[in-house]
Amino acid sequence: MNSNPLSSVASFLSGRLLLEEELPFSLPDSSVDILQGITSRNHSFYCSRCGNDREERFAFFPCARCGTSCPYCRHCLMMGRISGCSRLIRWTGPEPPVEGDGTLQWSGRLSEGQLAASVAVKKAVQEKGECLIWAVCGAGKTEVLFQGVEEALLSGKRACIATPRTDVVLELAPRLQRVFPGIRVTALYGGSPDRHVYSPLVVSTTHQLFRFLEAFDVMIVDEVDAFPYSYDASLQFATQKARKPESSLIYLTATPNEAWQEECRSGKRPFVKIPARFHRQPLPVPVMTWCGRWRRAIEKGKLPPVVKEWTLQRLKDGKQALLFFPHIDLMEQALPLFQAFHPHVEAVHAEDLKRKEKVTLMREKKLALLLSTTILERGVTFPNIDVAVIGAEDDVFTESALVQIAGRAGRSAEFPDGEVRLFHFGRTRAMMKAVDHIRQMNKEGLEKGWLDR
Amino acid sequence: MSLCLLCEEETNRQMTWRQFFTLVELPLLCGKCLQPFERITGECCRLCSRPLAVLDASFSIDGVCHDCVRWEKESLYKGVLSGNVSLYMYNEAMKAFIARFKYRGDYLLAKAFAEEVRQAARKIPHDMVVPVPLSEERLRERGFNQAEALAREAGMKPVNVLERSHAEKQSKKSREERLRGAQVFRLKENSSVHRKTILLIDDIYTTGATVRYIAYVLKQAGAAGVTSLTLARGQGREREAVLEE
Ligand SMILES: [Zn+2]
Ligand SMILES: [Zn+2]
Ligand SMILES: [Zn+2]
Ligand SMILES: [Zn+2]
Repeated sequence: MNSNPLSSVASFLSGRLLLEEELPFSLPDSSVDILQGITSRNHSFYCSRCGNDREERFAFFPCARCGTSCPYCRHCLMMGRISGCSRLIRWTGPEPPVEGDGTLQWSGRLSEGQLAASVAVKKAVQEKGECLIWAVCGAGKTEVLFQGVEEALLSGKRACIATPRTDVVLELAPRLQRVFPGIRVTALYGGSPDRHVYSPLVVSTTHQLFRFLEAFDVMIVDEVDAFPYSYDASLQFATQKARKPESSLIYLTATPNEAWQEECRSGKRPFVKIPARFHRQPLPVPVMTWCGRWRRAIEKGKLPPVVKEWTLQRLKDGKQALLFFPHIDLMEQALPLFQAFHPHVEAVHAEDLKRKEKVTLMREKKLALLLSTTILERGVTFPNIDVAVIGAEDDVFTESALVQIAGRAGRSAEFPDGEVRLFHFGRTRAMMKAVDHIRQMNKEGLEKGWLDR
Repeated sequence: MSLCLLCEEETNRQMTWRQFFTLVELPLLCGKCLQPFERITGECCRLCSRPLAVLDASFSIDGVCHDCVRWEKESLYKGVLSGNVSLYMYNEAMKAFIARFKYRGDYLLAKAFAEEVRQAARKIPHDMVVPVPLSEERLRERGFNQAEALAREAGMKPVNVLERSHAEKQSKKSREERLRGAQVFRLKENSSVHRKTILLIDDIYTTGATVRYIAYVLKQAGAAGVTSLTLARGQGREREAVLEE
């Protein structure tokens, strides 16, 4: 921190919206604004931190501080309770100057697709514009950001990359720190040690954006379609609140939702598509295979014959496979059935405390098969695997989920092929759309000359 | 329609005919959230309701646990507490529940087990309900007293007759100092508990120190008897613990 006490207060508060209780010093006399934590508008309450205005997400308590029946927001409770008598503090003084050298130190080369997207990102940074980067799984989207981030840093701007998952923050922050060694990159997630550091490049979970207000000149939102961003309106509110009124907004995704795809087609949304992977090989196209009443079979302690056959073939060939299930209960019932074929089979789900260990085992090739709920549908990559979905007709397997799942196969340049099999008891629209989506990307990649075959 | 207080999913339980006729309230937590909570059952310490099944046989004498035996040997605290009733084990689920309720300040959760607190209180003779107090400082910080919230939401009329001075680490103190631990609590001016049979409410019983210190103060002030009721029962080791607020 800076030695000048006033400037350290500025760097602590600048761009943030914090509860008075969160300040480690007493409230400065000047250069701050105080916002009421909860206000009422049109007969309903409104939380100034998370934007919640749903009646059922507020409750009341007899408040010892203000002596009234005080409303509080249950929506953002886990970040420290905001109640009717809470005060939120924002800095109105000058922004602290950005310290350090934001020059990019990277000698890698961009693919043609990455280059086109990189140019678009840089332009959006310069022009305070908006842009969607629609990049297939394995296109190498992080590198696409490098030039644009450098542009921002060198012109004294503050940038933020927001992503729904802590795992991604933890992976991304050190990668960016390596290519921008002259500045401090901070990583923000629940309980992170960087919470109070001021830096020109912030990698944050979407959730932590609640603590910011008009802080960033460049806002990059990763995996716009992913849980929980796509269904939590308040996280979109947080993203908007954290950026400056005049700022750049860049979205990254492999699977824009239907509305966005339509906006792209009709020219209403500026976007750049990278339909090809960095290794210039086409995306594996999923194969649909009917597997009968798989649910009933598993409940009776049997696997559908086609699933069994597929699995035994992988084991015989010594190829690792990732098998997705729609529900945890069925997955757990199926686990012993797979373990009967091979001793090294595990299953993971969202609340699994050993998730990291199991993923590491898989990566080290110490597992033959890994069963998973949709939790591993994105983010995680293994170099050489086949992928199967058991019960692909289930509602949890949306078009975007299936495209992401298929995107797990053929990731490395060494092993660009991988089989993706959708075992189902009745084809769904989502399954067909996912297959079409992937075919379309391969077609566009080939047309652009960004694929070798 | 009713939503679970913890996960906000539909509680999805049909009212049974018995519930319908007796007007028992619908569950406030869904089955999935409720499942990991462990209600205390089976043989318990006659004084503090600690389950004896999980203890070595040598750890209890004549239905009273070792800790209570030791308390009863100390002249200052002998007999001050008529007994303690706790409803749930302080397991992972309860730990998370209390953290959200007390430290995150989700007051609404005081309703989750209110019906059970109410039923348990009905079985304990009393004519005054007293919540374990918080210090002024803690109360300002949290906005509400969790013990008082539990009592109030269970339909009781808690009376704040006590005050508490702030933060003492009991673990660091000598035995004599601990024995004077009761000095943390005082009867408020103009309050009277004379001849009252008191039901003392708290969120957790861990070492039994808090309720015994308070029981001592209340008895000194002329209370006829003191019994405590807590939502959760932790496994405290003797009295070598922090006196938690
Ligand atoms: Zn809120
Ligand atoms: Zn208040
Ligand atoms: Zn629930
Ligand atoms: Zn006992």
